[in-house]
Amino acid sequence: MSVETGSALSGAAAAGSSARASGKSIERTAKDYWPFVLPALIIVSSVILFPWLFTIWMSLNEWKLGGSIHFAGLSNYAKLFTDERFRDAVWQTIYYTVLATGLPLVIGTFAAVIFHEKFPLRGVLRGLYIMPMMATPVAIALVWVMMFHPQLGVLNYLLSLVGIPPQLWVFSPKTVIPSLALIETWQWSPLVMLIVLGGLASLPTEPYESAMIDGATRWQMFHKITLPLIMPFIMVALILRVIDALKSFDIIFAITQGGPGNASETLNIYLYNTAFPYRDMGYGSALAVVFFIIVIGLSLVMLWMRQRNKWDEQGADA
Amino acid sequence: MTGRSLLSKISLGFAVFLLVSPAILFFVWMLSLSLKYEIDNGAYPPILIPAPDMIAWENYTNVFSSSNFIKFFWNSVIVTGSATLFALVVGVPAGYGIARMKATKAAVVVLIARVTPALSYLIPLFLIFQWLGLMGTLWPQIITHLVITVPVVIWVMIGFFETTPMELEEAATIDGANGWEVFRHVALPIAKPGIAVALILSFIFSWNNFVFGIVLAGRETRTLPVAVYNMLSFEQVSWGPLSAAALIVTLPVLLLTILAQRQIVAGLTAGAVKGG
Repeated sequence: MSVETGSALSGAAAAGSSARASGKSIERTAKDYWPFVLPALIIVSSVILFPWLFTIWMSLNEWKLGGSIHFAGLSNYAKLFTDERFRDAVWQTIYYTVLATGLPLVIGTFAAVIFHEKFPLRGVLRGLYIMPMMATPVAIALVWVMMFHPQLGVLNYLLSLVGIPPQLWVFSPKTVIPSLALIETWQWSPLVMLIVLGGLASLPTEPYESAMIDGATRWQMFHKITLPLIMPFIMVALILRVIDALKSFDIIFAITQGGPGNASETLNIYLYNTAFPYRDMGYGSALAVVFFIIVIGLSLVMLWMRQRNKWDEQGADA
Repeated sequence: MTGRSLLSKISLGFAVFLLVSPAILFFVWMLSLSLKYEIDNGAYPPILIPAPDMIAWENYTNVFSSSNFIKFFWNSVIVTGSATLFALVVGVPAGYGIARMKATKAAVVVLIARVTPALSYLIPLFLIFQWLGLMGTLWPQIITHLVITVPVVIWVMIGFFETTPMELEEAATIDGANGWEVFRHVALPIAKPGIAVALILSFIFSWNNFVFGIVLAGRETRTLPVAVYNMLSFEQVSWGPLSAAALIVTLPVLLLTILAQRQIVAGLTAGAVKGG
């Protein structure tokens, strides 16, 4: 794991600066810079790491808020295996994450290719396109609830114009997750677009010139040249999307609180519902630990795959 | 040849239209909902533009006169403002330090903040703040919002300092400046544009945050997103005033996005961070 997830997005720039930064004159050593970094590190780790150890300890206890605390060993974890609601939450999380990663990746990449072209008002239109990403999620959720309304909602009206029968959207257990993933797609495709657009901006021109001479079609050029070259950027977008989709909370919670029934209760929502409305801190903490391990584990695996791919590419270049 | 290029222009235009229209449609509809009376908001087929004498301006005045909206607005300003300012104070030097010593390990801690699900550390924080007797105050939210703002600032500043030249700093060192003086008098003045980007992004992500508030805010200490959520779930739903409130909540962010679009895009692609 390295800084790469962040700075790789500005890939070319970072590579350039690391080559330059090794100037030979009176160089400061790393320890000269620790005082600059330490306060921030202490703050972030004390707000996250210390409570995190506390969570692990809590997960080993039977503890309803307001009641007494009993040491319970691994019984909270054992309970996970027989908890059907937990099993449903896992499946719903996977379902949601697949949709809320796949759709934004495809649409965002398409958008990047489009916004890479030069056309009038490109800056303004790109600004409009990224507005959903910056808008306050709860404010967005509220308007989506109204738009999804089966009788009064504007979405069913628009569907009726093209002859599609009305949908129940977030009000039916069958369609609630795709509907929520639709909002996430609308909101976060722009981030994929920005990341991939950064990749497109860094492309060399030579391969296209020679392909042009060979008489390649646009699709061939995209498929054979562009796509492989922007793959590392799509990978970064994929990693970020998976992490964020797994952790999605605001939109789902504001719109359905996990309902109807438990149909949209992802792990994150189940965790909240257990710890807060039900005040079951012990079991809630066990859920938190499991959820944390899944998120961190997946992130590490994806980062590792990305690193390996990078080395493979470097190997091929050399 | 010209026929073909015309065709590709049309298809490009169509693709742009397809991409941008869901965003435009949404925000226009949001505005429309907020300016209509209940009778128009409940009409089928839906009414996009109400008749001139049916524009419900009082939806907006109602938001400010009823409930504690101004108080919640002020809570949001305090929480986001404090968390952002504090994050700049500790995050800008940290970004500088990490960029200069290329400390990938230190950056990992920041990365953990990006990856960790908020709810996995909010449960104990909720209990700790309760024991400390801080729950009726804004402190729990200010402190937890640092988990969003500090990493955002650090990431943006690492990206920024990596691209600023070292020559001036080396010259200052030769002239006998110590590390702090080099930072204060050489690096910091150059970093102003980067700091502006960090400030904007940190503000937006903190302003938008919901999950910290829903766990840590009390009746009096709600921030705007929590206040809007409560209107949505607990009060009798009347869409006009509710949409007006929603629009007011997200307006500062939308204005910033329009005004500082270039900086936001630069900052996002350098750091690619999303709060929560």
